[in-house]
Order: sequence, then C-alpha cells, then structure tokens
Amino acid sequence: MLDNATLETLRRRSFDLRIDNLTAITAGESGHPGGTLSAMDILQTLFFVEMNHRPKEPHWADRDRFVLSKGHAVPALYTVLAHAGYFSRDLLPTLRHLGSPLQGHPANFLLPGIEASTGSLGQGFSVAIGLALGLRLDGKKSRVYAMIGDGESEEGQIWEAAMAAPKYKLDNLCVVLDHNKGQIDGFVKDVMDIEPIADKWKAFNWNVLTIDGHDYQQIAGAFEKAKATKGKPTFIIAETVKGKGVSFMENKIGWHGVAPTKEQLSQAVAELKAAAAASFGSKGAA
Amino acid sequence: MGAPAQPTTGTSVASRDSFGDTIARLGETHKEVVVLDADLSESTRSKKFGQKYPDRFFQMGIAEANMISVAAGLALSGHVPFCCSFGCFLTGRFDQIRMSVCYSAANVRLVGSHCGVAIGEDGYSQMGLEDIALMRTLPTMAIVQPADDLETAGAVEYLIGHQGPAYLRTTRQKLDRVNAEGYKFQFGKGVTLVDGTDLTIVASGGTVAPAVKAAELLAKDGVKARVINIHTIKPIDTDLLVKAARETKRILTVEDHQTTGGLGGAVCEVLAEREPVKIHRHGIHDVFGESGSPKALYEHFKLDAPGIVSVARQFLEK
Repeated sequence: MLDNATLETLRRRSFDLRIDNLTAITAGESGHPGGTLSAMDILQTLFFVEMNHRPKEPHWADRDRFVLSKGHAVPALYTVLAHAGYFSRDLLPTLRHLGSPLQGHPANFLLPGIEASTGSLGQGFSVAIGLALGLRLDGKKSRVYAMIGDGESEEGQIWEAAMAAPKYKLDNLCVVLDHNKGQIDGFVKDVMDIEPIADKWKAFNWNVLTIDGHDYQQIAGAFEKAKATKGKPTFIIAETVKGKGVSFMENKIGWHGVAPTKEQLSQAVAELKAAAAASFGSKGAA
Repeated sequence: MGAPAQPTTGTSVASRDSFGDTIARLGETHKEVVVLDADLSESTRSKKFGQKYPDRFFQMGIAEANMISVAAGLALSGHVPFCCSFGCFLTGRFDQIRMSVCYSAANVRLVGSHCGVAIGEDGYSQMGLEDIALMRTLPTMAIVQPADDLETAGAVEYLIGHQGPAYLRTTRQKLDRVNAEGYKFQFGKGVTLVDGTDLTIVASGGTVAPAVKAAELLAKDGVKARVINIHTIKPIDTDLLVKAARETKRILTVEDHQTTGGLGGAVCEVLAEREPVKIHRHGIHDVFGESGSPKALYEHFKLDAPGIVSVARQFLEK
C-alpha cells in the first residue's frame, strides 16, 4: 500500500508530467499524445515507486530494467526519466529535433535510461525476455518490466513472446498492457479485435492481473503481486484512457499521432493546472 | 605473395560443423557465450553447445522473430549470444535484426547455416541466397563467411570478442580445406590464396575451393589467375581488391548467393569508386535456386571448378 504522502506526491506530479509531455510533443511538432497520456501513471509508478534504479548511475549493473515496447509513447518515458533525474528537463523540448538524443522513438545508445531501441512494434517485449533470461543467468535479483500497447498486441511476435516467457518461468518479468483501446486507424475492436485479452494471456500460462491504469494504489499493488508470484511471469492489463487528463483528447482516435497546436497546448495546460489546483489548491502543478 | 598456398590435406568439413565444434569447445572458457536456436539445432550444429552447456542454451521454438529480439536482450545484459537458424530464416526477420540488434547496439552474432544452392535437395525455400545482400545494408553489421574448417574456427573465436553485431554465414556442404595448418584468421583482411596476373578470381565461403581448383586448371593452359578469399564481406578489404584490380585488370567474383548485393555487388561498389576495371559477377544471377543434388546444382550454376573455368575463359575473351 502506498502511504498518503506518496500517493499525494504521485498525483501532483502526474499533472506536471502531463504538461511537460505535451509541451515536448508540441515543440517536436509531431508525436503521439494519446498513448503517452494513457501510459503516464504506470510509468511514473515504475520509476518513482517500483523500480530499483539510480538515475545518476544509469548503467548500474543491479538495476531493474524497463523496456517501452510501444516505443511511440516515448515522450512520456522521456518526461518521467527527466523528472527522475536522468537528464535535465530542459532537454525535453528538443524532442524530435535534429541532433537531439530524444529521438521520435527510443534509441538506447543515445540516452541513458533507455534500455532498448524500439518503435517497430512487438520487439521490445522479446528484448525484455532476453534481459530477464540474462539477468537470471547472472544470478541477479533485478526485475524486468515492459509495456506493450493493445494495437501492438496484433503483432505476431507478441504471441511468440507470450509462449517463450512462461516456458522459461520468468518470474522476474512483468509486462504491462496499456489497454487504451485505440490505435492509429481506429478503435482496436474495429481494426483487429484482441479480446478476450485476459483469457488469451491466462491461456498462455501467465499470472494475469487487471487494474485501473490510472489508480496509483492499484498499479503499485499489482507490481507487488507480480513480485510475490513465483514460477511464472506476470501480465498486467491496465485499463487506461487514451489521452487521459485532457478533456478534448480523451478517447479520441485522432489524438493517437498528432501533436497539439500551441493553442491546443495552452488549453490542455490550463485544464491540467485547473485540475491540479482543484485537487491540491495552490500547491498544484508547476 | 609467392608460390600458391599448399593447403591440400584432404580435410573437408562443413562450416556448420566447424562452427558447432568450435563454439562447444570455446564455451568452456567463454562463460559469456550463450546460444539460441529455433528448432534447427541439429542442422545448425548449435546442439553440440546445448548438450555441453544446457543452462546457456535457449531453445526458442519455431519463432525466429522472438528469438532474435531475445538474443538482443541477452546481449544487452552482458552476454554474447550466438543466435542460430538457416540464413534465409534469420534474414527473413530483417526488421528484428535491424531494430532489436543493430539499432539497439546489441552484440548479437547471427549464425546463418544452409547458405547457398549447395544445400541441395531441400530447394529454394531453405537456401540462404539473399542473406548477404540484406545484411550488408545494415549499419554496424559485420559479415563473415569462412571458406574452410580452420577459417571457421578462427572466425568463431574472433567473433566472441567482436564489438557490434555480426553475421556468420555457414554451409551445409563440406568445404575442402584451402588454408594451411596454423592459419590465423584476420577479421577484415582478404587472403590471396593463389598469385596471378591475368585476372583475379574473388571468392568467398563455398566457392573458394572450387576457385582455387579453377585457377589450377587455368594455369595448365597458361592463364595465371589470382585467387582471393574474401571471408569478411563487411567490412571488405578494399586495399587488397584495389591492388588486385590494378595488377590483373580483370576481376571475376564467384559466389553461392545472388550477385545483386552479394560479394559481386560489394566488389563492384568498391572498385567502381576506387579502381574501375572489367568485372564479371558470377553466382546466382537474379534467379531462384532449385532442388537437386549439391553436385548437380554446382554444375548447373557453373560454381564448380570446370564451371568457373568456362566463365573465366568467356570473361577473358571479352
């Protein structure tokens, strides 16, 4: 259980993260706001609650690993990494600019904190399996986390990986599905339905948990359950809202892969600040 | 380079066997080495490693895409994975090699066996014939195709310590030894096996021994053919090729692979920029492979010594 002080810090930071994330995407003049906002609360919980890691020593051998298999949501990860202290927040607006280590999709050799280069969907999940196998072979206690998307779940490689991790009883692996129900061309159920998704993962012999992906208590609780589960990997189905936190983006397919205009950004920031102020008074978002 | 090398000891070993033996032997001291296979460990010979070191062998099933990305993860956690399948099936997962391996700076060694028409009866679907061309396009990817058992052993030992991704191309068919006992594999360096001044035959892997034999046959008729073994196709030994072009004026490339983008393509790219001379690319010329005995196929595609001789003669008359 998260204590009240931690919970309040996470909730307050969630507004700052969303503002910085959208600001970066707007500065980059392209990107994927919808899937960053759905993933943000899970990412924050990973890097501020769950994972053992050292932002000032990003290659620390005993760190836990995180692989963002849905690489297009990387502005959310960049934002969380910057807030966690991996690099300056000043770098965020260089997103997608020539020469920036903040590539449009993650490049691990350019930026500390990025464990694998992803962006071609389906692959990061398998890389996470390799990391989990390798760390276990070395006798390390490190855990490996990965996040996939629901559109990404249409990739064949996801199901190859789904078979492989239970075969190797990778209980040091925990994969989160950002179940935001949207993809570029429409709703997942219309483009290529992946349901019943929980039944599929159960049938593949994973420890399957379903949570509200915007409820910090539930997110942290699921990670605890994953750690306590021995002999099989854990798959967390995080029910999320695409565009979460910005009224005009929520559940709108059009916001999958389009950057906000400056006016839209102002509107989104005003909304997020107002929501923060409503929750926390003058101590709201920065 | 003086007299032709005198390698002939009668030794003839498939490079997949040399790979399997070497990796099983070196696995003893190189604990960082892990091996993955996708249900072809009997054929790729990775099974030998798996039997000796079961904890470091990962049977990934018939799921090559996952296997290649898993290998990348193993590399990123500090291990040195040798990821094995047929060459055509590995390069069939080009996106995984491109993204999970190369663009993730993962030290993966992809070992593609059953390369070339010389696999024989199984036919085109199992033949690595475009693998070199695909791999050559990838930044950071090294490509090594050894010509005999000594070279394979040296290449495998070298590749354990290589920095960056690499592709090792092996054969199902036996390869007559072309190097002398005590041979030292030097990554990136071509090997002049036979000296000559009338033309240079540039070969790699399974075509090297036939090229050496072809040079012997040509010599009987007074044609002095130089033979260069390019075991490292990327990065290619530019200086040696330029020197050969200057000194012999004609270059004949011979490969068991598509000439487009293969050894022939690589040599043309280098020489067109550095030393344009007459070049003939001999190999699988924009056609599919087919079923047949390895011997019949090498005859059909003129990759055996008499075939190479006939191609060389035609080229010299041009």
